[in-house]
Amino acid sequence: MSNPHQLDTRGLLCPIPVIRAQEVVSRLPKGTRVEIIATDPGIIYDIPAWCRIHGHQVLHTATQDDEYHIEFQIC
Amino acid sequence: MTRRKALALISGGLDSMLAARVVLEQGVEVHGLNFFTGFCVEGHTSAIRKRHMVKPKRNNALWTAETLGIPLHIIDVSEEYKDIVLNPKHGYGQHLNPCLDCKIFMVNKASAWGYAESKGFDFVITGEVIGQRPKSQRREAMPVIARESGVGDRLLRPLCALNLEPSLPEREGWVDRARLYGFHGRDRKPQIELAKHFGIEDYSQPAGGCCFLTDKQYSAKLADLWRSRGRRDYELDDIMLLKVGRHLRPNSRYKLIIGREQGENQYLEGYKGRFTLLRMESHEGPLTLIDGHPTLQDLELAGRVVARYSQGREAAWVRLRAIWPDGREKPLTVQPLTPTEIPDAWHV
Repeated sequence: MSNPHQLDTRGLLCPIPVIRAQEVVSRLPKGTRVEIIATDPGIIYDIPAWCRIHGHQVLHTATQDDEYHIEFQIC
Repeated sequence: MTRRKALALISGGLDSMLAARVVLEQGVEVHGLNFFTGFCVEGHTSAIRKRHMVKPKRNNALWTAETLGIPLHIIDVSEEYKDIVLNPKHGYGQHLNPCLDCKIFMVNKASAWGYAESKGFDFVITGEVIGQRPKSQRREAMPVIARESGVGDRLLRPLCALNLEPSLPEREGWVDRARLYGFHGRDRKPQIELAKHFGIEDYSQPAGGCCFLTDKQYSAKLADLWRSRGRRDYELDDIMLLKVGRHLRPNSRYKLIIGREQGENQYLEGYKGRFTLLRMESHEGPLTLIDGHPTLQDLELAGRVVARYSQGREAAWVRLRAIWPDGREKPLTVQPLTPTEIPDAWHV
């Protein structure tokens, strides 16, 4: 399985990580996995909410030190 | 019969939520649009501060869309929005809030987005209520917004439609005017009742609206920024930093941005390499950014101010380190200022 597309939003505050995710998703084909890395804790609510609204599937969330990782699949 | 499509401006507050819901109830396909201006109250400060608070740091626009079951598109307009803030045709409200120009801008952007690429949207919805806000929601402002946004009578305000001439969606029967509302004034009870009617119990009602520019202190900081630079302009980082920390300007050469808690310190840390930092060494204390060009003598005073906000405030001496963007460092040993030695006028 190929590595997910990486989207680094560290240092950015909500809703900019969501806007960046929108931009990436508009360019990538369905089925692509995207991993977002962020420092804004709001992302652990916002990206899953945005995925639910638009029908994408969250595969994995993790918190490491002060970084948040969310992987989702474009559906 | 063709199912009509509407674009709703979603701020994350109750009114825009209800406006979209009223139209959804009539079988119209509604999509939400939320604009990121850089001044949105939305989550930023809570994202920076109180990192361990129990309440979720949710984005209210996303949460609103999910509650309504509609798609939400968040559009970054922060660059174009500068012209609205710097040159508002209709002037400012009580502070530096260009509310009327802002509404015109957003309605225009919504229609441009909705009509572009054959998306096929028929009209735009806002949560405006006549008389609710002194600048942008006056009765006289309503036709100005419709006209100057270019949207004209394709602009529907479901919460106060009965106080206005019927819009195109009403005249064409895309929505039933009899199922719209005639709210007016600053009383929130009708909205709260309507929310209850729809079974909506959890909603956001920020006291100053959804924009930092309506906040007196924030506007004062922005005005100070313009004064200190001798020009009215800003970058996104400038306006984000105005939301963070204590801002003190001991003289015209520099301003201190002093972290108030761990979350803010961590956020400010992200600006190392772009600003001179003051880092506490002998005691626990804030991380501080210096915006401007302090002299060495200024640095000494800056250290004394910062020491006042550290755990060493009662100590005889406190050690700090100044770190320049190019990596140069200078240790400082200073005597903390007493509260009376920090004039009120320094607080921006």
